[in-house]
Amino acid sequence: MATKVHMEALSPTMEEGQVVKWLKSEGDVVSSGEILAEIETDKATMELVARGDGMLRRILLDAGSTAPVGAVIGVIAAEDEDIAGLVAGAGPPVSEEGSAPGSSAGASSPAPVASQPAVSASPTPSPSDAAASVSGGRVKASPLARRMAEEEGVALEDVRGSGPGGRVVKRDVELAAMEGIVAGPLTPTAGGFVHAEEDYEDIALSQMRKTIARRLVESIGPVPHFFLTVDVDMSRAGEARHKVNALLEADGVRVSINDIVLKATAVALRRHRDCNAHWGGDYVRRFNRVHLGVPVAIDDGLITPVVRDAHLKGLAQIAPEVRELAGRAREKRLRPDEYTGSTFSVSNLGMFGIEEFTGVINPPEAGILAIGAVEDRAVVESGSVVVRPRMKVTMSCDHRVIDGAQGSSFLRTLKQILEEPLTALV
Amino acid sequence: MATITYRDALNEALVEEMERDESVFLMGEEVAEYDGAYKVSKGLLDRFGDGRVVDSPISELGFAGLGVGAAMVGLRPVIEFMTFNFSFLALDAVINSAAKMHYMSGGQINIPLVFRGPTGAALQLSAQHSQSCETWYLHAPGVKVVTPATPADAKGLLKAAIRDGDPVAVMEGELLYNMKGEVPDVEDGDFVIPLGLADVKREGGDVSIITNGAMVHLALMAATKLEKEGIETEVLDLRSLRPLDVNAILATVQKTNRAVVLEEGWPYVGLGSTIVSIIQEEAFDDLDAPVLRVSQADVPMPYAKNLEQMAKPSIEGVMDACKKVLYL
Repeated sequence: MATKVHMEALSPTMEEGQVVKWLKSEGDVVSSGEILAEIETDKATMELVARGDGMLRRILLDAGSTAPVGAVIGVIAAEDEDIAGLVAGAGPPVSEEGSAPGSSAGASSPAPVASQPAVSASPTPSPSDAAASVSGGRVKASPLARRMAEEEGVALEDVRGSGPGGRVVKRDVELAAMEGIVAGPLTPTAGGFVHAEEDYEDIALSQMRKTIARRLVESIGPVPHFFLTVDVDMSRAGEARHKVNALLEADGVRVSINDIVLKATAVALRRHRDCNAHWGGDYVRRFNRVHLGVPVAIDDGLITPVVRDAHLKGLAQIAPEVRELAGRAREKRLRPDEYTGSTFSVSNLGMFGIEEFTGVINPPEAGILAIGAVEDRAVVESGSVVVRPRMKVTMSCDHRVIDGAQGSSFLRTLKQILEEPLTALV
Repeated sequence: MATITYRDALNEALVEEMERDESVFLMGEEVAEYDGAYKVSKGLLDRFGDGRVVDSPISELGFAGLGVGAAMVGLRPVIEFMTFNFSFLALDAVINSAAKMHYMSGGQINIPLVFRGPTGAALQLSAQHSQSCETWYLHAPGVKVVTPATPADAKGLLKAAIRDGDPVAVMEGELLYNMKGEVPDVEDGDFVIPLGLADVKREGGDVSIITNGAMVHLALMAATKLEKEGIETEVLDLRSLRPLDVNAILATVQKTNRAVVLEEGWPYVGLGSTIVSIIQEEAFDDLDAPVLRVSQADVPMPYAKNLEQMAKPSIEGVMDACKKVLYL
């Protein structure tokens, strides 16, 4: 007899919980009362215990992911018990606002199974390792597969397509339904590159979040800023810039330090999506795509053109794009869609020799970086004083969205990337 | 059930309808004294006399037009073209007269007329005599078209065509005349197959081949081979191309989600493209793969045996298409 593992209400006010970590793995034998996982509630981190005996057959919510109370996040069953039905129907309700069900796909795609349910021809699909083929944000799927996915509640973008060009076809949806890939927003903290994701995810405010928001606004104003500063060694970034410029010389592209900062920011934001977010009043919208606002001074003020999908673009694309946007910004020839929709901003006053400053957040964004000048400064390295090109980066954070630890963690990643640009490739 | 040839099934149909209705008569090149180029009218002259089984001059436009006139005044002519390749000479009588008279007379005049004869390529008859002529007739509203694939269908459809009040082209398979098959016994009553009904010639759940006429047999052979590879193929014989059994087409697509349309003629602006168009319009959400067509190559039929084989639809080509829509 299989036992579903539910996200339980571990505090009186808990509406959703996040799996901090699983203490048992799929395949582990568990008995009733044993601790399965640590769950972060609105108040504290609590233990979730098994309610039945058997093998933990499936984990349906990855560590780091959030699900509403009541959602099925795992299945305990006998080793040979058929749990396909349980798994297929599992997962939190899709429509529930703010729910962030973990998807068992995304990071770990389903392995192909030997038997093909629909096609008695038992065709051997030759699935590529890629998930659903996405071009221009659209998943390629046969009309039938599309309809079936809707009926089965399968998230098409999480399904690996075995058809030509990665087209998702009937057998793929059937397989996904068996594997329990239910529709829902993607795990925000999933580490690796996630295919075919939504543009953003809205996260319902926990009680704690609401309290933080209310109290901080009372304290400091409508957007409760706080500021974090790091000092970055720009030696490697400078070297990288010279190498890249040598490579791109033939194309007539010149990459600036700021372009490298933009690229590094985009990469870091992909790794810290909690900082790539908007404050929505009663929810937080976490973006999966990175659209960087780049403030440009113009005659009677400033305007912020947007480098869209900066995380997908290389320096060879970013550099000319920024230059072109800034040029047209100064001529006041930007279209509205070119200066709206940013998810995060990067302001640079380094060219004015400003050592460090703080940027004012552009609502509803939750953060902005203030980039100072790269200057040779004396620093202590291995006990001796050496001269290094240094740059100060100050992040303004909307405390309703980003807490100190999250902002710091993002900045640490950004610093790592700038100090060793190879990190961006890892 | 009696097992008879396709040729004899057509002959039976003619005999039964001429017995039943005195206004039915047969006219064409060598249909009387010579029993017909393909011996479909064997024995009819002796049985019904030269008033009802009439040898015509070699003038397709002339005797086709004569048939239209006879139909206008209340007879039920069966006009045999030695092959439909020759009927291009008569297309004015078919398209401008037979097909339009009912409409242009405001419904006063019916044309209960049958054009019949073989269509499609046989073996090494070269470009002018190896054509699949259905599309020429299908294009114009006003002419019905059937393409029987078996002796039973040949008999049942020809009888229905003779009884129909409008012009009907019964396009027979040149290579099918000797094919044997079961046909209901005459004693078991009048055997008529209504126009506009397709027939599932083989059931299967994986992929549908939608086809007609002689190609039904190619599809069945491909299906047999595919079965050895574990693929269950459904073969839908359209039988009647106008009116078309759209419901049967949609039903098989809804069942298998994958379709291959097999036609004997050229692909360009052909029967197959019309069927594909209907499927994507009416059954889009049932499709798991694009619908593929298999047809004759878009060239005049070569005379050379090897080239002719390459130009015609092949079992391998049908199998490949089926596998492709199955993503195999």
